[in-house]
Amino acid sequence: MTQSSATVPAPRYGVERWGRLSISFTAFAVALAVAFAFVPVLFSLGTTQKATSLLILVLLAAMWNALAGYGGLVSVGQQAFIGLGAYATVWLCNHDWNPYRAMIVAALFCAGVSVPLSFLVLRFRGAQFAIGMWVVAEAAAILVSLDQSLGAGTGTSLIELNYYTPTQRQHYTYWLTLGITVFFLALLFLLLRSRLGSSLQAIRDDEDAAASVGVRVLRGKWILFVIAGAGCGAAGAMTLANTLFIEPTSIFGVDWTAYMIFMVLVGGLGTFEGPIIGAIVLFVIQNEFGDNGVWYLVGLGAAAIGFALLLPRGIWGTLEERFGLRVMPVGYRLRREGT
Amino acid sequence: MSLLAVTGLDARHGLLQAVRGVSLEIDEGETVALVGANGAGKTTLLRSIAGAHRPAGGRVAFDGRDVTSVPAHKRVGLGIALVPEGRRLFPQLTVEENLLVARQRRNGADWDVDRVLEAFPMLKPLRDHRASTLSGGQQQATAIGRALMTNPRLLLLDEVSLGLAPVAVDDVYRSLKTLIDGGTTVVLVEQDLRRALQAADRVVCMLEGRLVLEGRAEELSRERITDAYFGLKAEAAR
Amino acid sequence: MTWVNAVVQGILLGGLYALLGCGLAVMFGVMRIINLAHGDLAVLGAYLVMVVLDHANVSPFLALLPVLPVMLLVGYGLQVTILERSLRSGVLVPLLTTFGLSIVIQNLLLEQFSPDVRSLGGEAGSVATASWQVTNDISISAIGGLVLGVAVLVLGGLQLFLSRTQAGRQMRATAQDPDTAELVGVNARAVYARATAIAVAIAAVAGLFMAIRSTFFPFAGPTQLIFAFEAVVIGGLGSLWGTLAGGIVLGVAQTIGAQIDPQYSVLAGHLVFLAVLASPRGGLFSIRGATT
Repeated sequence: MTQSSATVPAPRYGVERWGRLSISFTAFAVALAVAFAFVPVLFSLGTTQKATSLLILVLLAAMWNALAGYGGLVSVGQQAFIGLGAYATVWLCNHDWNPYRAMIVAALFCAGVSVPLSFLVLRFRGAQFAIGMWVVAEAAAILVSLDQSLGAGTGTSLIELNYYTPTQRQHYTYWLTLGITVFFLALLFLLLRSRLGSSLQAIRDDEDAAASVGVRVLRGKWILFVIAGAGCGAAGAMTLANTLFIEPTSIFGVDWTAYMIFMVLVGGLGTFEGPIIGAIVLFVIQNEFGDNGVWYLVGLGAAAIGFALLLPRGIWGTLEERFGLRVMPVGYRLRREGT
Repeated sequence: MSLLAVTGLDARHGLLQAVRGVSLEIDEGETVALVGANGAGKTTLLRSIAGAHRPAGGRVAFDGRDVTSVPAHKRVGLGIALVPEGRRLFPQLTVEENLLVARQRRNGADWDVDRVLEAFPMLKPLRDHRASTLSGGQQQATAIGRALMTNPRLLLLDEVSLGLAPVAVDDVYRSLKTLIDGGTTVVLVEQDLRRALQAADRVVCMLEGRLVLEGRAEELSRERITDAYFGLKAEAAR
Repeated sequence: MTWVNAVVQGILLGGLYALLGCGLAVMFGVMRIINLAHGDLAVLGAYLVMVVLDHANVSPFLALLPVLPVMLLVGYGLQVTILERSLRSGVLVPLLTTFGLSIVIQNLLLEQFSPDVRSLGGEAGSVATASWQVTNDISISAIGGLVLGVAVLVLGGLQLFLSRTQAGRQMRATAQDPDTAELVGVNARAVYARATAIAVAIAAVAGLFMAIRSTFFPFAGPTQLIFAFEAVVIGGLGSLWGTLAGGIVLGVAQTIGAQIDPQYSVLAGHLVFLAVLASPRGGLFSIRGATT
């Protein structure tokens, strides 16, 4: 090498977690959450109920994304927890619990159930896990429908909620849903920023390689599984409170998975912001086109196919990739000092 | 006209440029040894010739015809066969099935299962054994035999001696010699310079994706090749 | 003795599940695709036979003949348009696209035909109702025996195809290493399309027998899908004869469950499925983690 070159000092880099965009957006998100608390006060009961549905969708999307996007666990059976959460609430209320406390306990119950269940299902990979969870949901649905005290096959409602006025009921339901949704989102956010977050990313990219550098793969997946179980259980309880009537076929139905897949796929799998966007998209579609019956569902299915083929990274994922956006500070950035 | 003409080939792995502007011509019946350090781009070059890797730029012409956008399985039909790095046999298929899968019909002196087993007698008793149960040398023989079943005009061999005991490598090269003597055009990627120089008519050396040395095997000294291999002296490609 | 009869009925039922699972096993074995629309494709096959029967007064088995090439084309088209692209984006995407496809098929069927529950048992004539009384307690229905026989034939035929023909060898090779298969002259895309075509056509056959044996309606797909999956997984993913064994185990589990209490029938199948999955082998003919 005879070519001479002027010596240029090597650029210095620093690692940062918060960029300017991240800080402003996180502040915005917190403000938004606070603003959302005022919805029941400012809007009608009907709107509040719709807003509750939206929050439930956000929660479900975030949970499914946590499993599939961060844990690589594709579950076609999260509806098992949705149904369990709802029916656990019914059971507790049958035993004279306050409905809203019952809902929280039902979510915890689902977390509890997910622990022994995880020993069974987390040994499966890929297809076996996906279908295995679905079978668990189907089995749970059958078991519930055989129980008369839970309303059997015809369904049940939460009559204890009648002790509140409709206004109170809708408001309390809304606030509880908001609180739970924000809680789980915050929990996921902190989880992703922690060491576990990097482990999960590694697991998602290459499980064996991650294990070889000491990442505790099973533990990471397990944590996600339990959180998703609790979150979906809470969503189920909230759905019961919001819609008042449930029956086994629908609350344990695989349609829930269809919606979760749609939201996460459209929003962006594996991103933090994606599921939220996907939930908003589904919510808008449901409200605008829900009355079109068959064609609405056909359109939904076709949209899912279209997104999977054309925009596999979803709306947010594509935006992130295109513009190098990092809004929520869950990752690390290499920043050249002096920039 | 040369059998294979590669012009200004660029190939990438994501953002990494593996092959930079490589131009190479190979005549029918020649044996060319392609040498270079790990990561020099040899495998990517072979895969691009075989159609398994899409080049970012440049041209591959086979027998006068532009095959740059022809898919791999069609190139096999035209007469290009690659024995991939690491053998890559179909593990659950038997030796015979591995050979049969690759069978291509062509007029003339066709390779078939019996002829391949004659060329590699060690495989005869292993005919019905699953490929995953074979030793390295046996797998290599099967992999070469499989490529031969496609009746290639151009045979590309990627690191046939990798992971094999020296005795096994001797066997492989003995069989290769028969092939070469029979007139098959061969491009051989080989880490062992001694064997490369023995087997080949011409030697081509790659460094960091570029061709840095090219010449007839008997004319190039080991020192010159070694220098080019490690990039110790800037050598313009002929 | 009624328990023995339950087992016999379960074995016969298993034939249907094996047939349903066969197509699923092919797609998973060759391409690692879980086709969540498989059940709906079987139902689609049943509806197409019904359409043929509306125009021609023949036996449903004859009506199946023109439907088969249509389904082959449907499968081929599916692979080439949607599934191939889905495969490129990773293992998750085919799950999502086939799920979307499932919803589309179900609702298009609903739109085209009413939500009424139907059956083709009537058109099948005596086959659907005849049975052979073996002993006082045990009887073998004609249709049950027929389905089991067809399942064995189809699975056997597939096995022969895979092991004896060049196309079958190519399919196995592509399943194990599509990249290298291309290097030895195999057109992987064409192989995949063939596999899907075969899977969808077999689904149609299964759909026909399901329609004759019992009933069908636009949303019947997912239930059949679960049974098909349970059959494949119990038998061990990637093994064709395993699918037959798995189907039979599932059928027997369901009929024995029904003996205890009709409401427990499907549940018993689910529990056996979970038990098999949880066992060390993870499947009757598979080793956990092994592929074809």
